[in-house]
Amino acid sequence: MKERHDDYEMRRQHLKDLSDEALKAYFFELTEKVVDPLLDLAHKNTSKSIERSVLLRMGFSSIEANAIVNALHEYGLLSKGAGHCVYRLSRDMKMTLREAGKQIIEGDGISTLQAVFT
Amino acid sequence: MMKPLIPDTKIDIHQILENLHDYQPRRRGWVWRKKEPVTLNAFTYEQASPSLKRSVPLPSARALNHIDPQPDCVITTEIASGRFEDDIRRMRMAAYHGADHVMVIRTAGQSHFDGLLEGTPQGIGGIPITRKQLRAQRRALDLIEEEVGRPINYHSYVSGVAGPEIAVLFTEEGVNGAHQDPQYNVLYRNINMVRSFVDAAESKRIMAYAEMAQIDGAHNANATARDAWKVMPELLVQHGINSVYSEKVGIAPENICLSTVPPAAAPSPDLKLNLPYAVALREFFSRYKMRAQMNTKYMDSSTREATVTHVINLMISRLTSVDIQSTITPDEGRNVPWHIYNIEALDTAKQALVAMDDLLSMVTLRTDGYLYEKKREIQERAVLMLEEILEMGGYFEAVQAGMFVDSGEYPARNGDGIARNMDGGVSADSVITRDVDYMAPVTAHFGYNNVKQYDASRVDDPASLIGGCTFEKPEMVQFIDELDPTDNVNLRLEETEKYRNSPFVKPEVEWLGDGVITMDLFFPISEDIAAEAAIEMGRQMRLQDVEVIHQEVLHPSEGTRIQIKGRIDFDIDTSTLKRREKTNLLPEDEILAYVKNHPLKVIAGTGGQDEHSVGIREVLDIKHGGIEKYGIPYTYLGTSVPIEKFVDAAIEMDAQCIMMSTIISHDDTHYKNMEKLHQYAVEKGVRDRLILIAGGTQVTPEIARKHQIDQGFGRGTKGHHIASYLVKRLQEMHHDQD
Repeated sequence: MKERHDDYEMRRQHLKDLSDEALKAYFFELTEKVVDPLLDLAHKNTSKSIERSVLLRMGFSSIEANAIVNALHEYGLLSKGAGHCVYRLSRDMKMTLREAGKQIIEGDGISTLQAVFT
Repeated sequence: MMKPLIPDTKIDIHQILENLHDYQPRRRGWVWRKKEPVTLNAFTYEQASPSLKRSVPLPSARALNHIDPQPDCVITTEIASGRFEDDIRRMRMAAYHGADHVMVIRTAGQSHFDGLLEGTPQGIGGIPITRKQLRAQRRALDLIEEEVGRPINYHSYVSGVAGPEIAVLFTEEGVNGAHQDPQYNVLYRNINMVRSFVDAAESKRIMAYAEMAQIDGAHNANATARDAWKVMPELLVQHGINSVYSEKVGIAPENICLSTVPPAAAPSPDLKLNLPYAVALREFFSRYKMRAQMNTKYMDSSTREATVTHVINLMISRLTSVDIQSTITPDEGRNVPWHIYNIEALDTAKQALVAMDDLLSMVTLRTDGYLYEKKREIQERAVLMLEEILEMGGYFEAVQAGMFVDSGEYPARNGDGIARNMDGGVSADSVITRDVDYMAPVTAHFGYNNVKQYDASRVDDPASLIGGCTFEKPEMVQFIDELDPTDNVNLRLEETEKYRNSPFVKPEVEWLGDGVITMDLFFPISEDIAAEAAIEMGRQMRLQDVEVIHQEVLHPSEGTRIQIKGRIDFDIDTSTLKRREKTNLLPEDEILAYVKNHPLKVIAGTGGQDEHSVGIREVLDIKHGGIEKYGIPYTYLGTSVPIEKFVDAAIEMDAQCIMMSTIISHDDTHYKNMEKLHQYAVEKGVRDRLILIAGGTQVTPEIARKHQIDQGFGRGTKGHHIASYLVKRLQEMHHDQD
C-alpha cells in the first residue's frame, strides 16, 4: 500500500461516540462481512488435499490416497469428489472400496467412471 | 498392554514402538484443567487446579513440606528436537513439572509438502509429523498422563498445503489441539490464499468434530513486522477473521483460542504497550479462549533476559486472563530448545502464576485514563482497518494490496506490508469447483455434498453410505511403518543403544548420548577477543565442536561474559562409581515432638586451626533452618577450637552431641582431628553417651565413620538432615538402654 500518515483522528469521527459494546458489535459485524465470501468459496470448491483427506477417512493409506487423487485429477474427475468416484465404482462393480481404489490407481476404473459421469 | 510407568524406572522406547500398528489412542478432544480452590500447607490457592499424583515441586518447596500447587490454566511446553524418541523422555520430565499441553513443532519444510509424510525420519528444527511418530508419542503420553494423574493435551500444526489430511490424521491418532489459521499460510508460507481458505474450512470442520482446541497464527505478525507494537490493530483483525471463520465452520467457541503475544518487550515500556492491548483483546474476544505467549521477536541469546520477558507476560496473564499459558524456553533465541530449558520455562510459569494467585482480588485495572483510552484506540483502529478491507473489495483484495503486516500503525501505512497475489504462491490455481453431483461419503466434511442423489435419508450422516468411516471405525485406518531404510528410528536407536539401560552415561542436552556440555565463563578482557579465548579454552579442554552461544559485555575493557557449548568424546561407567548414601529424613513434626519430650543439647564449633564458620552456622541457626528450628539448643564455641575443648564443654554442659566442622587440609589434619576427638572422649569416659558429628564441604559419611566419628555431613547438608539423624540415633541409644 501507498505510504500515508496516521489519519486516525480524522477517520474515527463516526466511531468516537459509540459505546464500547456497540464498537465491539460493529467489529464483529464487519468481520462477518469479510469472512462470509471466503466461506462461500470454501463451500463450493474442493482441492487435492481435501479429496485425499476424504480417501484417508474411507480407509486408504496416504500413498494410495495420493495415487487415486492424481489419477482422477488427470481425467478431470475430482469435481465429482474422489470419495464419490471410489464409492460409485465399488457400488456399480460390486467390489470393496479398497478394490475400487486399486482399480482407479491401475487405470481400469477410470473408463467406467468416465462413462458413469458423462 | 504396556505396564503403567513407575517413577524410578525409565520409559522403554522399544516397548512403545512394539505392535504400534495395533495401538489406538484412548480418547479424543481437548481437556481443560479442573479449576477449583486448593488448600495446601495452610495456604489456599484460588486460581488453582487439583495437585498431581506425581510431580517435581519448585526447588524452594523443600522448606514448605514439598507442596506443588498447580495453577488453573493449561501450561504448554514445545518439544521437538528432531528425534521424537528422545522427545518422549523430555515429555515425561515436562509432565512432572506441570506441563499438560505438549506441542510438537514440525520439521522445516513440512508445510510445503503436498501430502502426508510417513515413517520416522530425523527432523531439522522440528519433527516430521507422521502417523507412526504421532502414534508412538500419543501412546507414551497416554502412559505419562496416567503416571502424573492429569490428562495431557497433545498438539501440532494443521497448516500448509496438506491441512485437511493432517486434520484427519490428528483425529485418528488422538491429537487434542492444533494451530490452524489460513492467514498464516498466506502471509508467512506464501501458500495460495484461495487454496488456503478452501482447505482451512475442511480442516476446521474435522477439528470441530474431534473437539480439538484450535490456536490461531496472529502472533506471527508481531514477530515479522519491523516495529512489532505497531501491528496491534491488525492483530485484532487477524484474530477476528480466523475466529469468526472457525466458528462459522463449526468449532465451538470454547475451543477457539487466540494466540495472543504481547507486541513489545523491555527495554520498550512493556506494560504500557502490552497491557492496553491485552485488555482490548480480551474485551472484544470474550467468547473465545486466550493462549498467552511471551514476545519472541525481541528475544536474544540471554536466557536470563528471556526469563524476565516470560515473567512479565505471566503478570499480564494474571492481570487479565489466561486459559493456556505458553512457555517459550529461555534458550529458544539461540538453539532448538534443550531439556533443561523446557523444564526451566515450565517452572517459571508455575512459580510466577502461583506467586500471583488471586492478584485481582487485591488490585484492579483502571477503567479510565491512559489504560482505557489506549485500549479504546486500539479497538477503533482495528475497526477502521476492517472498514477499509471491505472498501477494497474484501480480504483477498486487501492482501493483494499489501494491507497486512505493514509496519505502520493502522491507519498509518509504511508501504512495506506483505502482498500476495490471488493467483500466486505455492499451489496457485489448485482449487476445483464442485459439480452438482459432487459427493464425499465421510464424516466431518465441509461444504456442498450431494448425498441425496443416493439416499436422502443419509444427508446428515454421509459416512453411513459406506457403513462408517475411520472416525467411527478406527480399525479401517491404514498404518504405514517405515518408508526409508536409511533414515528411521530403528537405526537411531541402534546407534545409541549403548546408553540405553546400561551403566554408561554421557551428559546430554537433547539427544541420548549427545555429549554436549555448556560452560559459563568470565574473561577479564574486551568482547572482541573474549570469544576467541573461550573457544581456545574449549579446545584445550578437548571439547569438540566448540561454539559460543552467548556473550555479554560487563564492561568494554574490564570483562566479558561468555557461554560456550562443546561435545565430550568419552562416557562414564557408573558401575565403577560409589553411590551416595540415601537418607530417609524424619518428618519435621516428629522431630519437634521428640525433642520436646527429650531435651537435648549440642556443642558446636570449627575444630583445629580453622577459621571457617559459614557452613556450621547454616546448620545451627534458626534463620537458615538449622537444628535450632527443631528446638535443639546449641553452644557455639567459635572457630579454631582445640579438640579437647569440645569434650570438656560437652561434659560441663551435659550435652549429648558434639558437632565439629572441619575443612579438608593438607597433611590430613582433619582426619587426625576426627580421631583425636574420638580418643579424647574415650579417655574422659564419655564416648558411649556422646554422639560425635563431623561436617564440612569435603566430609562424607564414609570418611567420618572411618575415623571413629558417628556420622559425617557434607555439602548441601541442612539442619533437617542433622536433626533427623540426631533423633534417630538418640532413639536407638535409648532403645539399647531399655
